[in-house]
Amino acid sequence: MTKPQEEILLDDRKITRAIARIAHEILERNSGAESLVLIGILTRGAYLAKRIAAQIKEIEGADVPVGLLDINLYRDDVHSKLDQPIIQRTEILFDVVDRNLILVDDVLFTGRTIRAALDAIVDFGRPRSIQLAVLIDRGHRELPIRPDYVGKNIPTSRDDRVLVRLSEKDDREVVVAVKGGLKKAEKKSGKKADGESSKKGGTTK
Amino acid sequence: MILRSRHLLGLEDITAGEISLILDTAESFREILDRPIKKVPTLRGITVLNLFYEPSTRTRISFELAEKRLSADTISFSTSVSSVKKGESLKDTVRNIEAMKIDMVVVRHSSPGVPYFLTNCVESNIINAGDGAHEHPTQALLDMFTIRRKYGKLDGLRVVLVGDVKHSRVVRSNIWGLKTMGASVAVCGPSTLLPYEVERFGVDVYTDLDEAIDGADVVNIMRIQLERQQAGLFPSQREYTNLFGMTKERLKRLKRNYTIMHPGPMNRGVEITPEVADSKSSVILDQVTNGQAIRMAVLYLLSGKKEKEKEEDDE
Repeated sequence: MTKPQEEILLDDRKITRAIARIAHEILERNSGAESLVLIGILTRGAYLAKRIAAQIKEIEGADVPVGLLDINLYRDDVHSKLDQPIIQRTEILFDVVDRNLILVDDVLFTGRTIRAALDAIVDFGRPRSIQLAVLIDRGHRELPIRPDYVGKNIPTSRDDRVLVRLSEKDDREVVVAVKGGLKKAEKKSGKKADGESSKKGGTTK
Repeated sequence: MILRSRHLLGLEDITAGEISLILDTAESFREILDRPIKKVPTLRGITVLNLFYEPSTRTRISFELAEKRLSADTISFSTSVSSVKKGESLKDTVRNIEAMKIDMVVVRHSSPGVPYFLTNCVESNIINAGDGAHEHPTQALLDMFTIRRKYGKLDGLRVVLVGDVKHSRVVRSNIWGLKTMGASVAVCGPSTLLPYEVERFGVDVYTDLDEAIDGADVVNIMRIQLERQQAGLFPSQREYTNLFGMTKERLKRLKRNYTIMHPGPMNRGVEITPEVADSKSSVILDQVTNGQAIRMAVLYLLSGKKEKEKEEDDE
């Protein structure tokens, strides 16, 4: 998968620093880790949520529960696709009621994924607050949604594709922008690649 | 991996990859059933017709609940209170209902091949909920799902299907599905209840239950169809129970971590004793719960699949 015009936005060290900063900001805003729960949006938001939790543990020594959320069942474009996306397992094994819930995703783009995630979360209970942490905010919102914690703001063209690669799942740790990559991807697969690569191959862990 | 067909008619022609996709998807849907709000908005705007030309409790309720949990609109049709009584044909009935804009049809009928027939009459996605003695794919899928959840796999397991093999669509779907997934399958029943040339399914055939279950992992016990007793297929219920009833004593012949299954409805004290049915190794009620997850997965995976709209847009 060699693509032309890949521009590196964050390297591995910058990703680590961004996550550390987000962890500090979350603790500051919520006056500690006590009321917190983290929910990562599958697939890569889940890895980021686990990393933030590990950071919080390092800073405060507190264990923050981490949940995993698959938002595909709440998408608004399910019926416009020919084949349904693979559903991964949602795992929220704790009560979200009255907690400060931090929703974590890799790239914030149109905001539609987050809209779906908010719908999903309210089916699990009523958190005191829901805050949004993303590694990359690339703009082009289609809904009134904004992040509370951002690793990096990156102005992009609508057709660019932003790819987050994390060592837990991929062979490298980097964030890249591919010029015009979304146009190509959309034409090819007939679906919007929301900054994330297509999910393939059964249950991933 | 995607499903190749836009219908689910049976498991005979389905690949291992497709079965795995359905089971994996069901695994994700199973979690929804443990949530406080057991409902997701996925099939909003999709209308599903449940067309039951034969009595059913479990399958019908299971499908209806699966549809509701996915936020589909559902209509349930029962022959006893419909124009079928006035002599309307199956084809006309379905085409008329489809004219009211439905998207999917779940059908049960006493004649084998009815689901296939419907695929040629209407545009909707068709799901077979049991056609005569032919297939009952969602039941076999939920049986496999239940087994896989316990053992983590299907291949290499020894599964024995006991009872009325001849009239059972559950047996047929299970044989095809389990063999595709690499399990070793045996059938056992009185010779009058075994179809001719049953070996050609690629299964081991027994008329002695003790021999059949020797060293088996899973025993799936079929209902003995009491309504067919008049036909003289076996001499008496008591004799059947003695020869083919699953009793506590017989359990000793199974492998240590054995599993007892029954698709329901059970005749307690006939094909299965109450103590076996209620024992720790019985997963009969898990089967019922898992059935919903399987049906949600099937509805989800088939929904939106249209006729030949698909060009070469493989990912």
